[in-house]
Amino acid sequence: MQITDDVVLSVRELSKQFGEGCSYCLDENGELQKNMCPKCHTVYATKDVTFDLYKGEILGVVGESGSGKSTLMKMLYFDEDKTTGQYVLPKDPKNEHNVFEVSSQRKRQIRNEQLGMVYQNPMLGLKMDFSSVTNIAEKLIASGNRNVKEMTDRADHFLEKVNIPLRRKYEAPKNFSGGMQQRVQIAKALSNYPPILLLDEVTTGLDLSVQADVLELIKEIQRDMGVSMIVVSHDLAIIRMLCDRTMVMLDGKVIEHGITDQILEDPQHEYTQQLVYSIL
Amino acid sequence: MIKIEDFSKSFTIHHLNQTRQAISGVSFDVKKGEFLGIVGESGSGKSTILKSIYGTYKPTTGTVEYDSEAYGKVNLHGISDRALIRLRTQEIGYVSQFLKVMPRTTTLELVINSMLEMGVDKETAEKEAEEALTHFDIPEALWHNYPNTFSGGEKLRLNIACAIVKKPRLLLLDEPTASLDEKSKLKVRETISKLIEGGTTLIGIFHDLEFMDGLCTKVYDMNTKTIEERAL
Repeated sequence: MQITDDVVLSVRELSKQFGEGCSYCLDENGELQKNMCPKCHTVYATKDVTFDLYKGEILGVVGESGSGKSTLMKMLYFDEDKTTGQYVLPKDPKNEHNVFEVSSQRKRQIRNEQLGMVYQNPMLGLKMDFSSVTNIAEKLIASGNRNVKEMTDRADHFLEKVNIPLRRKYEAPKNFSGGMQQRVQIAKALSNYPPILLLDEVTTGLDLSVQADVLELIKEIQRDMGVSMIVVSHDLAIIRMLCDRTMVMLDGKVIEHGITDQILEDPQHEYTQQLVYSIL
Repeated sequence: MIKIEDFSKSFTIHHLNQTRQAISGVSFDVKKGEFLGIVGESGSGKSTILKSIYGTYKPTTGTVEYDSEAYGKVNLHGISDRALIRLRTQEIGYVSQFLKVMPRTTTLELVINSMLEMGVDKETAEKEAEEALTHFDIPEALWHNYPNTFSGGEKLRLNIACAIVKKPRLLLLDEPTASLDEKSKLKVRETISKLIEGGTTLIGIFHDLEFMDGLCTKVYDMNTKTIEERAL
């Protein structure tokens, strides 16, 4: 695989299918109904997804529900196993040929040292009954930290950064509003300074004012910490604001990619045009 | 510095099963330090040319060759997205008629951020942002306001300030004087003169033909598709 200098994450021909597949859909000419085989009902959630993520850039992924965006993110964070494909993190000191193939212990290490994930649903990213500080400490312990003072200082730093009042830091996120939970999740994801941050629909369902806070925070993290991010969203306004480059997904495949303003102002694919014409 | 050859652009609109030719048969070149004005009626494709140079549109045929500081001579539509993004932050500026705002970002922060993107240190960015805002008569009292509270003219001036602080080698101006009063136009004119003196190459679209007088070294007419040299 050819990788240029400032690539931090690289994916080649990544596919995920749910189901065994049959002689009909495994054949190249077999036509699927959207992304499902009409004969054996195997679902091809992502198909041959290939892309690079560069240092300090925000890459947008847009597409309708069921287009494979979240499956892609889950595979990148090892929440979901791939069917076929290659995944390389060139900046990791070990820089394995394909991190999908490494041991589960090593995957956990990569997750804790290289990646941060913010889910649309805070329930997936946080332990709702533990305090915010404990949630952050959990991530730090997982990445090998054992110094309590250092961990609480780090927690304070990031909770402050995401505007969670420190007097509430010992409270459990279940008592928080959705926007606050989302911000605690971001603080947790950032706490071990991962070079790569995966954000899955992080502002969906937040009120406009909290959304603005979160967007501002994301931009700030990019600018001040040089973190690379993949942002999944179906809100094109957010993509326009945040992302340097954008890929459009449909039925598990990347149908178009380019610099964000190219995608939004000169969309080539029929589906992308539909999407762009639907912007409010 | 920029050479456009046999450029055409058409848009395919899938849901109408239609292809619309926006423009065809455009060729011109602009040398370093020149200022090309593009004139023509609305809908004649002036902005299409600018957007194609900036890379927002992909030409249907033809090439847009740019003599870059970082990469040498490149076809702007043959290079990688990454390289084009780099050229946009470091070398090619674009002033549109519309201001792109970030939520909860103040006027001053907006200008500072556009400099930080280039990798300038914070102190320099702050200093130069303040200078640019002062130059464009955006009163200090407004610096910590959000730009969406601004009048049309203020927004436009801010937009120009954001592009100019980056000192681009090539600056594309899409009707930068459209909604400005006489005083602000003079300011823009003054800035453009300074940029020309400093060696910036400019390509601009103007409705205001008077404004171009004495500034543009060349004029491209969309009707005749010819270029005319102007004496300054």
